[in-house]
Parts: sequence; structure tokens; C-alpha cells
Amino acid sequence: MSSLDDLESQSIYILREAYRHVGKLAMLWSVGKDSGVLMALARKAFLGRVPFPVVHIDTSYKLPEMIAFRDAKAREWGLDLVVGRNEAALAAGMNHTMGRVTCCAALKSEGLSQTLAQYGFTGVIAGIRRDEEATRAKERVFSPRGADARWHYEDQPPEFWDLFNTDFPEGTSLRIHPLLDWTEIDVWRYVRREEIPVVDLYFAKQGRRYRSLGCAPCTGTVLSTATTIDEIIAELETTSISERAGRAQDQEAEDAFERLRADGYL
Amino acid sequence: MTAMPDLAAARPFPIVIVGHVDHGKSTLTGRLLHDTGSIPPSRVEAVRAASERRGKTMEWAFLLDGFQTERDRAITIDTARIRFRSRRRSYMIIDAPGHKEFLKNMITGAASAQAAVLVIDVAEGLAEQTKRHAHLLHLLGIGRVIVAVNKMDAVGYDRAAFDSVARDIRAYLADLGVAPDKLLPIAAREGANIVSRSAAMPWYNGPTLMAVLDDLPESAADDSRPLRLPIQDVYDFGDGQSIIGRVESGRVRIGDDLIIQPSSRPAKVGSLQGWRGNPGEGAPAGRSIAITLDPPQQVQRGDVVATLDAAPAAVKNVRATVFWFGEQPLRLGATYTLKAHTARYPVTVTAIEDVVDSDTLVAAKGDAIPQAGIGRLLLESSEPMVLESFASNPQLGRFVLLSGYQTVGGGTITDAGVAPAGVANLFPKVGQVAPQDRAALFGHRGAVLWLTGLSGAGKSTIAYEVERHLLDAGMHAYVLDGDNIRRGLSAGLGFSAAERSEHIRRVGAAAGLFADAGVVVLVAAISPSRQDRAGIRATCPDYFHEIFVDAPLEVCEARDPKQLYQRARRGEIPEFTGISAPFERPETPELRLDTAGQNLAACADELVAYVDGQVRLYEAA
Repeated sequence: MSSLDDLESQSIYILREAYRHVGKLAMLWSVGKDSGVLMALARKAFLGRVPFPVVHIDTSYKLPEMIAFRDAKAREWGLDLVVGRNEAALAAGMNHTMGRVTCCAALKSEGLSQTLAQYGFTGVIAGIRRDEEATRAKERVFSPRGADARWHYEDQPPEFWDLFNTDFPEGTSLRIHPLLDWTEIDVWRYVRREEIPVVDLYFAKQGRRYRSLGCAPCTGTVLSTATTIDEIIAELETTSISERAGRAQDQEAEDAFERLRADGYL
Repeated sequence: MTAMPDLAAARPFPIVIVGHVDHGKSTLTGRLLHDTGSIPPSRVEAVRAASERRGKTMEWAFLLDGFQTERDRAITIDTARIRFRSRRRSYMIIDAPGHKEFLKNMITGAASAQAAVLVIDVAEGLAEQTKRHAHLLHLLGIGRVIVAVNKMDAVGYDRAAFDSVARDIRAYLADLGVAPDKLLPIAAREGANIVSRSAAMPWYNGPTLMAVLDDLPESAADDSRPLRLPIQDVYDFGDGQSIIGRVESGRVRIGDDLIIQPSSRPAKVGSLQGWRGNPGEGAPAGRSIAITLDPPQQVQRGDVVATLDAAPAAVKNVRATVFWFGEQPLRLGATYTLKAHTARYPVTVTAIEDVVDSDTLVAAKGDAIPQAGIGRLLLESSEPMVLESFASNPQLGRFVLLSGYQTVGGGTITDAGVAPAGVANLFPKVGQVAPQDRAALFGHRGAVLWLTGLSGAGKSTIAYEVERHLLDAGMHAYVLDGDNIRRGLSAGLGFSAAERSEHIRRVGAAAGLFADAGVVVLVAAISPSRQDRAGIRATCPDYFHEIFVDAPLEVCEARDPKQLYQRARRGEIPEFTGISAPFERPETPELRLDTAGQNLAACADELVAYVDGQVRLYEAA
């Protein structure tokens, strides 16, 4: 039995626990490779369908290829797609020149919490992984957010033996993380094995490619010659550059990402 | 040239680093990651910068201590996990906090490990959390322990200092029944004996920590044990019923003879849905699957599909070792929710057999377990629980306890299904008169004729008719009617599933006593649960006769002598058998009376004839 089989079964188990226990459930879809894997896992878990809405938080600054891909796949897979935007902040002209972290907090974190509130979602499935970043490494699979939407990371509930916490007081918003134990290479190996479609931006053009996708102004490319999934996997086997190196908002300060996450960023 | 193993395709070996606060767990973890080349230089530089901002040269711990407060206070608060590779295989390394207050986080991390590295500061020796962590590793079922005696640089790499700590921890672990795989001296900050040997300790000839880890065997997948498939959910998206679950041990194969617990119904798997492997081999342990049963059956979350000839019992109580991290102590008599596999059961602490002091490992009496404490208890449930001892099946032998919304403890089961406290010390008295003596005197044996069936099927009518017949024939007969018993013996019991079961248990216990006194007891009780009836048969197997008073629901509803069906249809009676609660038909009753196909007098005659054949010895003079 391979590691991918283990990861797949574990993630499916988690998705099914979420579907069983969360009153009003949705799944976040950033259109990146991780949420593509999540989508494929959900379709397996629920026998060929995604039985809950799929939420995309649109900052209006996303790379245009991502939006085209999103709309095409939503139709193809018959998804119940919810697109959420922080319209008030956008109307007020929010953009990255007002501070990258400020912009992320407004358009992503606040955009997400507005959308959850608007539709009354009590739990959202998100494709974050421990290997991406040090505070994500400490996450729980079933991770509660209080009524203030904040992550109380200093006092997380215990979680062991797959006996997940599914009982929470009224008003708790739950984040469910089925991919927590996956690594970037696992994701690509699974994309290859399951033939999961991904946005073309991940493949190198003129010697550069996107390793992580986000908003156009804050997401950079890395040097790469990888034009196929096999080549991406080979590249990751030897790279010394971290996955989020191209994400400018993380580099603003040592604790930029932790503060973003405490305030509700994924 | 030998082929390199495909490291990324193999599952990572999970190890946990534990020990007392400040003994160097995170530093060791960071060092292991760095010395195996698992960290990109950019991340090492970020850690160096973060260290320098705090006036330090290089805090390896910052690789995992990702929170600002962790870095500022130089402690680990929460567990982190990260993958790395040696030349031999890939690992999942789990860093666990050492502070007592963060015990729940330590357990969160440690519980999924296959092996542990227990880090001890050579200068401080065994400290409080060194011992508690070692004790918990044992309870969590982590059998492989490596002791790394750290900070050897601080004692000038002195061999005697190492030997002294090694002696102490060996003795402590021996008391727990744990034999460490290896004890070795290291200096994590310097990288001594982590991945490469240290020239500073020429007196140590053993392997490095990395080499010891690489030599640990992987625990085999749980295919060798009997099948356990706890049901996680039942789906029907419009194309038929699918039963959802994860194989916890054994294999699921189409057509195997299986049983569903706790109801003890036989089952066969009809199909493995969406299964891409070889269907002949079946789905192995660890797989999340969807199946259909052939024929389909009513099942629910928490039921366990198991091998027919090696099924777990449904038990009322368990003896368990519990570790507690609730802010309020665990108390004798308190009720918690026990979660195991996909089931949840309400349990009451009926005995605290001992409370163990992690420091001395002395077990003492007590009526409460304090926060961070460990104890042995009996937990009893009003519902049948499908649980096993941890030794016979770890997946069904471990649990967490909830108080309200909080997870307050966890534990492992040492015995599933023990005699309740007190009963174990009772010895049934046996008198001088044997049952056959009474039978010879009365002309018939004692018997429990258990009439089960829907409301309105005719149970009471038949029972009272047969009672008169038997008395006319000179026999000792008596009717125990479920409704009547509720006025006395079962007064105070309601109609929840648990209370119904308890009511039936009492009726059964009373009937058994009557039968033992030589009486032919006619019990008229709906008793819809197959398991409840089986439980009564088990308490008086020599006397028990299951008589199925059988009439279709429509017939009973049309009769409706007490207008109960009308009221149930209007929703005035919740969980009414046949309408909103199931009736589990007897599978092999001793006698079936068809009250729809013939009149009640004929049915009564049939039962009298049965008694003549099975219970009566001779005609009274």
C-alpha cells in the first residue's frame, strides 16, 4: 500500500466526518492544485458528486487564467459555486499598495468571513497543508474559530486517534483541513496518478513558472524548466526554495503570516 | 548498482520527540531536519534571522516553534509535525510540548507515533514531565522508545554523568514494563551523535540517533486481525443505499460471512463501490470504502461489521486506563460521552480502581483523577457498546471522553465487558431443592414463554387464555404483562430506548425467578429489540421459549384496541414500535403464532399444545 493510498483514505475519512457532523458545510476552492486535489477527493468520498456548495473568494486581482479555469470546471463538474467578494472594500479601492497584509486581511480574510456569514455556513473545508508554513504545521484537522472568527492557536483542543472534535457550541465556525498531512510532492504525485486537471500557470514558460497561485500583484514565479507534472515532481525532489517564496505578503514581517492566520486567513 | 528505494512513495514513519520542558526537544528536531538536508537554505536563513533578532546565534527550535509567543518565550506550546528523509526512509517527525499545561497538545502529537525519542537533559536528569511522558507513551501504545541523553556538551561529555541518567531512566522504564530500544548520549545544539558521530565522546561506540531510528521496524498493517469495519455513515444520493466506513482491521471481501454488532445480525457484502483494486483480494485495513450489503439491511453509524466467527461482543462496561486533562477532575459517579471508532456512548464512572502517581508509579485509592492524572476505572453504559481490549484490537480499544463540548481525557481498554462492581464478589447461593425436584412435584418444568410482537398482535389475549387453560389442567401458570410491570417493578422508567431495554431486563429477571420457582410464566411484552430478548435468553437459557405472536402491521393497526396507533400516527406517541421505532422480528423463535391467519382461540390452543409437548411431564392426578 502506498503513501498516497493512505493519505487518500485519511482525507476521505475526514471529508465524510465533516459531511456527517457539520450542519451547513461548504468547501473552499482557490482553484490551485491543492483545492483541485480536494475536489477530486470529495468526488470520491461522495461517490461522484460534491454534495455541498463550493466557495471561491474572489479578490478581483486573481490571475485571469484562474477565473477562466474556475468557471469552466464548475460547469463541467456541476458544482454549486458561490463566489464571495468583499464589495465594500473593493468599492473603497482596496489594493496591495495600501499594504499587502492589509489587502489580504480585507479581501481574503474579511471576504471569507462575510461570505460565510451571508450564507450561514457553519463549517468550511480548506486545503491547507502542514508543510507549507510553520503555523499551519500546528493546525488541527477540525479547527474551531470563535464567534469573532479568530484562531485561538494558543489553546487548541486536543485531537488524536482520528476521534475528531465535532461537538462545538452554537456560533462556532469550523475549519476542516483534510490535506493537513500532505506535502507539496504528495499533491503533485496525486495530481499525476488521478489525472487531475490543473491551471496551466503551474507549467514553465520562458524559464519561469508559478509554484503557488494567488493574486497577480503579489504572486511571483520561480525559475523553472518544468513543463510536465513529471518534471515538476523531479524539480521538487531537489529544490531548495520554499513553496510560498513567491507570495509577497508572507515576507512583510516575521510574523506576517501568523497574524493573518490568527485573524482568519487560511 | 542497487536501486534506491522510492522514498516518497513509502508511507512516512511517524516518530515523536518528547521530554521535560527545556531538555532540548525542539532543538533536537530542528537539528535532525537540518543535518539530513531536509530544510531549504532559505528557511535556515529565516530562522537565523529570527534568532539574531532575539539576541541568539542559532535557535534550531524556531524551525518548529512557529508561533511568536513560542519564540519570544523560548518554549513549545503546540505540537508540530514535519516530514524529513534519511538516506534510508522518510519520516514524519512530531515535536511535542513539554510543559504540564500543554499536556493535551503533547498527546495530540504523540498519539499518532510509532516510536518515541525521550529527551533528557543530562544535567537535570529525570524531571516531572520526563516521567509523565514516558508513562503516557506506554498508555498510548507506543512500544518503541529511544532515550537521548542531551546537552552532553554542558557536562564536558562526561561518561559518568551519562551513565547515571541512563541507570535512572532504565529503572523507571522497567517499572512500566518498557525496555528502551537504545540509550545514547547526544548534544543536539552541536549536532553530536545526531546524524554524525561525535569525536568528543570517544567512549561511546554505538550508533547515531539517525542510525537507531533507521533500524526501527515498521509496524505491520492490521490485515492479520479479524475484520472490523465501523460504519461511519449511510448514503443514499438517489441511487440506492451505500454503507460508508473505514476498514480498521482485516479485509472486506465480497461474499464473506459477516455479522453486524451490536445487533448480531448476519450480513454479506454485495459490492465494493468504486473499488479500483482487485475485488478478489478485497479492501485492506486503512481504506475508506463504500459497500452494499446483500441483502440490504438497516444499519447506523457506530455499528461494526465484523468477521462472523471472531466478532466483538456488545458490552455494557469496560475497564480502562484513562489519562485526564480536564480542568475539573474526573469524579466517581460522573457521566461523560465516550467516543470510540465511529460510535459514541454515554458512560458513567462506576469505580475508580486506582489513581497512579506518574512520579513514583505508586497506585493509590481515590475518588477523583486530577488534571494531568492517570487512573484505572470502570465505565458503564446503559447502551450496548461495541468495544474491545486495546490488546486484541487497538482501533476498537481506545477512546476519548467528552464533558459537554470539551475533550477531557482519553484511554485504552484493558477489559471489555467485566462484571459490574459488586457483582463480581457475589456468589449465587444454591439450595437443597433442584429444579427437577419441583418439576417432579408439579408435573411440569418451570418455563418462560416470552410472547413478543407488535402492539395489537394479540399477546396479552393469548397469554391470559393460555393461563386459564393451564390452570384448568392443574399446572402452575402466571402472566407477567409488560404494562402491569411498568406500574411496579419498572415504575419510574420512561420510554427511551435505554429505559425500554432496562424495563425488558427487569421483566426478564422477574420471569426467570418465577420459572426457577417452578411456574410456567407467560410474558406479554412487545420487546422489539432482538438483543434485549437474546439477553434474557442468556440469563435463563433452560427456561426461555421465544413465542412470536405475528401479525402484519396493517392488521394490528386496523385492530388498534387501545387507539395507540391512531395517536402514534398523529405524532402523540414518539418512538412507537412499528410506526416510528423498529420491531426486530425473531429469527428463530421456538414457536410462531400467526394471529392474522387464524383466530386467537386457535392460537391459544397451539400454544397449549406446545406447552404439553415441551414443558409438561405428566397429567396431574
